[in-house]
Amino acid sequence: MKLRLDNVQKSFGATRVLDGISLDVAKGEMVCLIGASGSGKSTLLRCINLLEPLDDGAIWLDGEDIAEPALDPQPIRQRIGIVFQSFNLFPHMTAVENVMLAPRRVRKETREALRPEVTALFDRFGLADRMGHYPDQLSGGQQQRVAIIRALAMRPEIMLFDEITSALDPELVGEVLQVLKALKEDGMTMILATHEMAFARDVADRVCVLDHGRIIEEGPPAQVFTAPREARTRAFLSRVLQPV
Amino acid sequence: MSDARAGLTRRQAHERDLRRRSLLIAGGSTLAVILAIVFLVPLAPGWERVQQSFFNAEVFARTFPKLLNAFLLDVAIFAWSAPLIAALGLAVALARDVRNPVLYPLRLFGTVYTDIFRGVPVVLVVYLIGFGIPGLGLPRPWNSPYIWGTVALVLTYSAYVAEIFRSGIESVHQSQRNAALSLGLSGGDSMRYVVLPQAIRRVIPAQMNMLIALQKDVALLSFIGPVEIFRQAGVFKSLLANFTPYVVAACIFLVITVPATRLADHLIARQNRARS
Repeated sequence: MKLRLDNVQKSFGATRVLDGISLDVAKGEMVCLIGASGSGKSTLLRCINLLEPLDDGAIWLDGEDIAEPALDPQPIRQRIGIVFQSFNLFPHMTAVENVMLAPRRVRKETREALRPEVTALFDRFGLADRMGHYPDQLSGGQQQRVAIIRALAMRPEIMLFDEITSALDPELVGEVLQVLKALKEDGMTMILATHEMAFARDVADRVCVLDHGRIIEEGPPAQVFTAPREARTRAFLSRVLQPV
Repeated sequence: MSDARAGLTRRQAHERDLRRRSLLIAGGSTLAVILAIVFLVPLAPGWERVQQSFFNAEVFARTFPKLLNAFLLDVAIFAWSAPLIAALGLAVALARDVRNPVLYPLRLFGTVYTDIFRGVPVVLVVYLIGFGIPGLGLPRPWNSPYIWGTVALVLTYSAYVAEIFRSGIESVHQSQRNAALSLGLSGGDSMRYVVLPQAIRRVIPAQMNMLIALQKDVALLSFIGPVEIFRQAGVFKSLLANFTPYVVAACIFLVITVPATRLADHLIARQNRARS
């Protein structure tokens, strides 16, 4: 599995949100997108998942251009999981029903057939006793872990994470980041938009700095965080690393 | 001192006093109004006649059983109309939401349909369909006023119910639909399993109000034939030269609609609490 973005462009009205993004992601790689709010991180992830149509450019997934406008997005979305900042669990279903819905409807599997795999996922991420709970009975960190399990249950080849800890209370961030670490150890290919600089520095294989819809700098975290080449990267890092 | 003995904090004692005070005032003013009505209304010059023709106990007792019986027909018409309205209303709401260009005629139909049937008084629809279609000379049972009266009610109410369903569908945040789509669910499955269940739950109180209105509007079918409670009351009125049967009919309606209204208000209040 290999993902390649080629000159991806996207505007909302007159605003250029993505201004020619090119990026290669190898199998098992974890790429972190950092940058100020409005720099295009979220839009880029939503474009890869085809929730937003591209204006121009291409997204190659295993040699197939998934940005082709005439393509049916449904089978492609099954291969690319996404987790959102605001969880977006379905409030009228229990945690386990949230997770089973897509495999049941899309892969036509029965609850009984899914049960072992789904139970193992809940178990692994410390939610075995929360399967029958409704989202409003769960903490933010638990809801976000359920959202991750829900995406994993479709057995995606690549996972996108859109600032998944930004809506959490600080003491709940750790439990969600632990899940990401575990996924990386599994060899999952991941792209994260994140404000967790310490996490990006410790865990990411590569960091991309976005600014006004462009990747202004990319490289291994050690280089980007300690010896940034770009003045704009330095300015951004000094703002987020030393809060007033 | 006495408050301390009752085991109340200063604040609780104060609130108890306030409560007693407002109860006393509310009770007093209600009593005053009732007394005024009881004593003043009979002073009106026409009271004797009004009492005779609207609140005649003898007529009330005589007509009540038959009117109650006629009301069962209202209940029956209501009972078979309501599910049809729910189904057609939901279908029209979904038709107005389709995005596939092939199905555009469906969407257009939904829009025209709701515009027309929300724009015409119910009683006119009842007349036009209830008299018009049997006028085509259809054989029995297809000339029955029950069928076409029901059709008229279903067509009119479905238009309103569809709009309420649609507002419910639109109130479900786009992020829910996106989350469903991002998992690889089809548009239809996203609607059926994610959006609709949430939308329907949100509009149940509003739909309860439509049910209450429907229960009352069943009486409109009396204009095209069925001897339901309103028409039966009219028969008694002519027979006995007395308006009391109408009061009886009103009371029978209230027995059903007041608890239903209370329930709807309760559901709305609970929903508002849950959202805040």
